[in-house]
Amino acid sequence: MRTPIRMLAAAAAAASLAFAPLASAQQKIKIGFITTLTGPAGIIGKHMKDSVELAMDQLGNKMGGVPVEVVFGDDQFKPDVGVQVAEEMLKKQQVDIVSGIIWSHVMMAVVPVVTGAGKVMVGTNAGASPLAGKACHPQYFSTSWNNDQTPEAMGKFMQEQGINDVYVLAPNYQAGKDMVAGFKRYYKGRIVDEVFTTPGQQDYQAEITQLRSKSPKAAFVFYPGGMGVQFVRQYFQAGLRERIPLYSVFTVDETTLPALKESAIGQWETKFWSPDLKVPASEKYVAYFRKKYGYTPSFYGAQSYDGMMLIDSAVRMNKGSLKDTKAVVMAMRKANYESIRGPFKWNVNQHPIEDFYLLRAEKRPNGEVEMRIQRKVFEKHKDAYYQDCKMPW
Amino acid sequence: MNFILLFEQALNGLQFGVMLFLMAAGLTLVFGIMNLVNLAHGSLYMVGAYLTVAAVQWTGSYPLGVLLGLLGTLVVGMLVEVVALRTLYERDHLDQVLATFGLMLFFNELIAILWGRAALYTSLPAYLQGFIEIIPGSIYPVYRALVIGVGLVVGAVLWYVVAKTRLGMLIRAGASNRTMVAALGINIRMLYTVVFGFGAALAGLAGLMAGPIYAVQPGMGELILIQVLVVIVIGGIGSVRGALVGALIVGMVDTLGRAFLKPLLAHFISPPAAEAAGPALASMLIYLLMAVVLAVRPAGLFPAKSS
Repeated sequence: MRTPIRMLAAAAAAASLAFAPLASAQQKIKIGFITTLTGPAGIIGKHMKDSVELAMDQLGNKMGGVPVEVVFGDDQFKPDVGVQVAEEMLKKQQVDIVSGIIWSHVMMAVVPVVTGAGKVMVGTNAGASPLAGKACHPQYFSTSWNNDQTPEAMGKFMQEQGINDVYVLAPNYQAGKDMVAGFKRYYKGRIVDEVFTTPGQQDYQAEITQLRSKSPKAAFVFYPGGMGVQFVRQYFQAGLRERIPLYSVFTVDETTLPALKESAIGQWETKFWSPDLKVPASEKYVAYFRKKYGYTPSFYGAQSYDGMMLIDSAVRMNKGSLKDTKAVVMAMRKANYESIRGPFKWNVNQHPIEDFYLLRAEKRPNGEVEMRIQRKVFEKHKDAYYQDCKMPW
Repeated sequence: MNFILLFEQALNGLQFGVMLFLMAAGLTLVFGIMNLVNLAHGSLYMVGAYLTVAAVQWTGSYPLGVLLGLLGTLVVGMLVEVVALRTLYERDHLDQVLATFGLMLFFNELIAILWGRAALYTSLPAYLQGFIEIIPGSIYPVYRALVIGVGLVVGAVLWYVVAKTRLGMLIRAGASNRTMVAALGINIRMLYTVVFGFGAALAGLAGLMAGPIYAVQPGMGELILIQVLVVIVIGGIGSVRGALVGALIVGMVDTLGRAFLKPLLAHFISPPAAEAAGPALASMLIYLLMAVVLAVRPAGLFPAKSS
């Protein structure tokens, strides 16, 4: 047994010597991108995958002169599957870096796997609070936000407007509770009632009837994905659109607008990005995206595109290599690239410090219903958890 | 908790129950008569919704689209029976579960390939968008009232067909002793295909009525299938009457629980505790009910009379 191992070791040593002059640049860079590609949430994964492929197109499938391959993985909305996919990417496919992930619970499970393997994780959606606070990690970067920030912006706006008697609705799981907590951090007015519904619920007529009977001045809701399509449609069908203004987070976006159309007109949302954002990198992204795919991109896609550009900046800075994790982290922290949100600045927890905007669904002259930026709510907003993150810079 | 609110919530419960009944009726008939566990029933619900959306767009007419959607689902259902399910009748239930689960995956992917993964836009004609005042001071959406009406009419027709017609007699006979029915010269294969097709059409009807209210998207059938299975267990497997009663009970309990459980609990325990326990308990209510029914009457409330 000994001899073959020795021979192998010798061969490896010889090979590494032979390739010594090329050691600084890799032959090929491999990026693992995990998202949800099947099931009802598959549409979000499609927006993200299309955006990653668009970024690769624009980079000519090269980062720092080295050819790039992206390996896509489907987490099926399940943490255990996400971990499996990540392990396969790291061990079998030998990826240099992992990116993507829509869901907080999947992210919480996958991050230790990636960092444990000595690689960097670039999250492009999930904004789990522990990862912004106590569980922050030098090898974890986010190109999105912390969950609480978006509802914080809505809370601030509604507080400033002096809106009182708000009826609050959200699904009964961690993200739903987080959204309501974030909202209440800035909204200090009267809350008529807080109602938590079963996750994945389809019919909201009972809740909408209760809401109407309490005659609130406004409603604040969080219903992502298909739940949002159902809730907003039923709210509209109940004739409440004109009577009780609907304010929401992560409920109406470019993944659900095609199904909502007229029923979304008048919807208020807050977000850090919108397709009509006047930032050169963003305008370029939106224009190319529409041209290539024939539909309007969403923030899910914008964040994923941004993640690829961030990785590209790190590869360029390290002269075509992602092998030295420490150097990759240092390069990422520089964030020397054109972000879709404009000038980019990290907080100490490696989450962006960013602006948040108020959006409204409007009917455009071309007949399409689109989200349009109304005004800025937060300037350079930091999340509520970064002080718990003790990470040396 | 005033009277009008209670009345409206009861209507909501009735509407949800009627929707569940349309799904449960087909599923329970297929199980009772063919002894087939069909997990792909939710896929037929999805097929009905998609075909109707496509047909409404194609013809530009809502009633015509609905008709085409229904016929389409009937045909798809019969095709599935002839091509895939026919070979499963003699196998045990685990094989059937596996095979129909495969069918479910197949339909979800097929729909995603044909229509994409995004939820589809569905609109109602203007005459179905208004409100009616059933009792003074209570407005109710016309469309949801229509769903209740259609469901009750279908229930009545189904009862008539099963109880009073020759086809119904064959169905009941097939349920209690299929060997004897076949021995008497009835084409039992044909009967199975017809029953399965009509079960599929009922699921399609539920799906197409759900379309404008819910999200028309791949996998929409699985979301309702679990509640339908609860209905069948409560009502008694194989019994249409059981499906109707079970569906109405589940619809009412679920809706009223979601609406009134939290305020009701607040009378007995502290408001913060009610805040936490209310929603959790409301979403468990129908499963608790199922457990109670299983404990008291293991065969369900109205078990089919079969050997």
